[in-house]
Amino acid sequence: MIKETYLNTFVLSLFILIPLWAYLADEPFTITLMTRAVIFALAAVGLNLALGIGGLVSLGHAVFFGLGGYAMGVLAHHAQTFTAVAEWPFLIEGTKSMPVIWLVAVVISSLAALLIGILSLRTTGVYFIMITLAFGQMFFFFSISWSEYGGEDGLSIYVRNSFPGLNTLDPIQFYGLCFAILCVVLFMMARLFKSPFGLALNAARQTPERVETVGLNATRLKLVAFVVSGAVTGLAGALFADLNRFVSPTMFSWQLSGEIIVFVIIGGVGRLFGPVVGAGVFVALEHFLGGLSEFWHIYLGALLLAIVLFGRGGVIGILSGREKIHD
Amino acid sequence: MKLKTVALAAALSLTSAFSALAEPVKVGMITTLSGGGAGLGIDVRDGFMLAVKKSGSKDIEVVIEDDTRKPDIAVQLADKMIQSEKVDILTGIIWSNLAMAVVPAATAQGKFYLSPNAGPSALAGKGCHANYFNVAWQNDNLAEAAGQFATETGYKNSFLLAPNYPAGKDMLNGYKRFYKGDVNNEVYTQLGQKDYAAEIAQIRASGADSVYFFLPGGMGIAFMKQYAASGVDVPLVGPAFSFDQGILQAVGEAALGVKNTSQWNKDLDNAANKDFVASFQAEYGRLPSLYASQGYDTANLILSAMGKASVKDADAFRAALKAADFDSVRGNFSFASNQHPVQDIYVREVVKEGDVFTNKLVAKTMENHSNAYVGDCNL
Amino acid sequence: MPIVLIAEQVLNGLQFGIMLFLMAAGLTLIFGVMGLINLAHGSLYMVGAFAAAAVAGWTGSFFLALLAALIAAACAGAIVEIVVIRRLYDRDHLDQVLATFALILIFSEGTRWIFGSFPLFLDIPDYLAGPVTLPGGIQYPLYRITLIAAGLLVASGLGLMIAKTRIGIQIRAGENDREMIAALGVDISKLYTLVFALGAALAGLAGALVGTIQSVEVGMGEPVLILAFVVIVIGGIGSIKGALIGSILVGLTDTLGGVFLPQFFQLFMEPASATSIGSSLASMAIYILMSVILIWRPTGLFGSRP
Repeated sequence: MIKETYLNTFVLSLFILIPLWAYLADEPFTITLMTRAVIFALAAVGLNLALGIGGLVSLGHAVFFGLGGYAMGVLAHHAQTFTAVAEWPFLIEGTKSMPVIWLVAVVISSLAALLIGILSLRTTGVYFIMITLAFGQMFFFFSISWSEYGGEDGLSIYVRNSFPGLNTLDPIQFYGLCFAILCVVLFMMARLFKSPFGLALNAARQTPERVETVGLNATRLKLVAFVVSGAVTGLAGALFADLNRFVSPTMFSWQLSGEIIVFVIIGGVGRLFGPVVGAGVFVALEHFLGGLSEFWHIYLGALLLAIVLFGRGGVIGILSGREKIHD
Repeated sequence: MKLKTVALAAALSLTSAFSALAEPVKVGMITTLSGGGAGLGIDVRDGFMLAVKKSGSKDIEVVIEDDTRKPDIAVQLADKMIQSEKVDILTGIIWSNLAMAVVPAATAQGKFYLSPNAGPSALAGKGCHANYFNVAWQNDNLAEAAGQFATETGYKNSFLLAPNYPAGKDMLNGYKRFYKGDVNNEVYTQLGQKDYAAEIAQIRASGADSVYFFLPGGMGIAFMKQYAASGVDVPLVGPAFSFDQGILQAVGEAALGVKNTSQWNKDLDNAANKDFVASFQAEYGRLPSLYASQGYDTANLILSAMGKASVKDADAFRAALKAADFDSVRGNFSFASNQHPVQDIYVREVVKEGDVFTNKLVAKTMENHSNAYVGDCNL
Repeated sequence: MPIVLIAEQVLNGLQFGIMLFLMAAGLTLIFGVMGLINLAHGSLYMVGAFAAAAVAGWTGSFFLALLAALIAAACAGAIVEIVVIRRLYDRDHLDQVLATFALILIFSEGTRWIFGSFPLFLDIPDYLAGPVTLPGGIQYPLYRITLIAAGLLVASGLGLMIAKTRIGIQIRAGENDREMIAALGVDISKLYTLVFALGAALAGLAGALVGTIQSVEVGMGEPVLILAFVVIVIGGIGSIKGALIGSILVGLTDTLGGVFLPQFFQLFMEPASATSIGSSLASMAIYILMSVILIWRPTGLFGSRP
């Protein structure tokens, strides 16, 4: 068994060394793939707080991913066509600046998570899974028929948005930016897991009654976790849109919500680095299995099945054994 | 993720046709080969590869990848083809929403994109680009021909039906552009809807004298079967997408006699087409579809340009593409100024030949038809 | 709008709902007895439709096709239960979701591998084709009336089976207390396989019946799966009665919403945008219905209270 800290260090160094190698060997596509993995990892880190620590199986996290994406799409679309987003009640202009877009993405997805959370947390278990799915489907169908922003065709942004001091069109610089954000969020999550809030949330998942008896409101703890979780996934959505320079309703699809859950489970539910490992493994599988045959989904399915049946605790669980989330 | 790299060691060693000018060209094909809509992508690929094989050219290399009908995968594959594979030309995308995701970025990076199917209006008007050629159609084309056909037939009161998404709206607008009668009702259904009982009941009660519908793929199969079973006898008309060779067999008797519009059919009387239909059947053991014909024409267009200019000289190669100097299986073919086809469009009727359901040509509705967006494009 | 048309649309909604019930019944039964979320239920629906299309093409008999759908789906269900599913009963919902999601991938691409990428042909037999005139002058397809009848027949058969037969008693006992019925000498793993195969057979039957008027293609199961989940959640998971009422509610909301919402908006908006807004609202209608019901009653209409 490998100690989890060593494993985490190893994972982080892979995320530094592979792009560095790709940069030196002039393999820009490998950097693009790694960027994809980092962004998916960020989305899953968000979900991991709600799912792993809070025990909230949300099959609707694509809502926040999509909202983040559309925050970028709508703002950049108006900036590139020189039109205003809104003229009433006050003038809102489009923008091509990443920090502004990120802020908008985080605010909008937190608000959505607050609303969805308040309504959904009345239910538990399977009902919670399904009500979050229902909200996802509402956003999906709405975005398909919202013709002002392209409907099913989505929105194309011709040039990647800008970040002060960086050339974001250069794959390695954009990768560095995304990776830095992931590291910051991971650091904050690590603090959060060990904070009184994280411990209370963890207890609220296991035995809500116990938390209630010491005077904490379990539902309110879960709601806060859900909002923070949605905000992080929303930020990932804005980055994903910038990676592809494109947003479309598929960012709201239930399959995407499912994939984000898959990342968390592959890596290890409730582990700090679980989502990072999961997203990395998934992107690699997608890439390498896709080359094997036209029917590569069969292999992917068989592998996922094997992980669930024989590898409880995900990749991290297999490599470093069962471990409590906080010690 | 390499599916196939087909370096074509030629079966025929033609020494003269592709001579000194031919510089090796690398084509990246991104198309849908797995999942629900795989039939269309497979047809485009097979048509394209047939033309490459028949040419015997050693100078064209094709890299084929599966986009699984997801826009973000398509974008990622386009990045890969441009960044790692260093392709010169991209092609293959079936769906408008995937084309919208890939084409602007690819052309902005100086690559050529030749569309074998999707032709969204956004890329034909203000969004047109010197390196973007559409070899199939502008999305509205077949709908416009259906409108023209309805006007000529004397329909006065049409009921219109399409899914609620941009291509659906384009298809109804295209129809209305050339249809001179009254619109009885316009109904937008949910994308992917498979039960049309409610809409058919509306049609029955509407008193319309014709129904125009655009429901591609499985939606069209479901609609036509349910329509035939309902006993409503208002005549149907629609663009070819619900009537191609791949899905007609699944509709069966229910489609017999329905009029649809297309720029191609297997019985079009020209030498190139006869050769295409015969060799496609010999190679793959099935009848070619509309999509296969588009893939075939796309490959032949590239091959014709390769004979005239080097792909490294973008301006010369672009001019060679624009000349469209190849034998299209559609007969007449040229490019409008926005680099979308100017072509004849026909009305076809679904018939049964032996055990196989297929289309036969009825009439030519539009001659040298261009598209409505030429004026918006500043090329 | 004439009353006849409204009546016909209600009939359409009813028929759609009853077809959903066939899917939802199996899903809710499996959840109620074994506590399993089965995302692969839509794949069993697809298996039924493909088996029916293959046998219909081969023999020309619609009856044999339906029989084949039942048998193929039941067998596929039993095999999947024995190989994979029974390892999941004591896992949490998360593992079940992932494992059955993996099964969807395997089923879909496996089917495409066997049958190819093009949709298959399956059509209404001659003796059920064409419309009949109902009292009140409604012209309605005979096949759809047959569907309503067949669905109601299955619903009452299922109800009787659960209420009266030995296996039904075991199922009800299993829902209440698993340890107890094992202690009473019921072979619990055989019972689970049987229940799973029964649910699969219902899904397969629905696939064949619906595939006949819609289309038989890879991926046909997932949209129906989502709707079936909406149904059982509205009805309360594990409740057959809830599934029946949920199905009809969803069927009616979807059908009537699609027809009347655009017309409603036309009362006070210009036609083009009314149609557009009405249609998009209609496509969200059942999800709005579901979340309203869950907010009002967090365990569905007939679900057991925690």
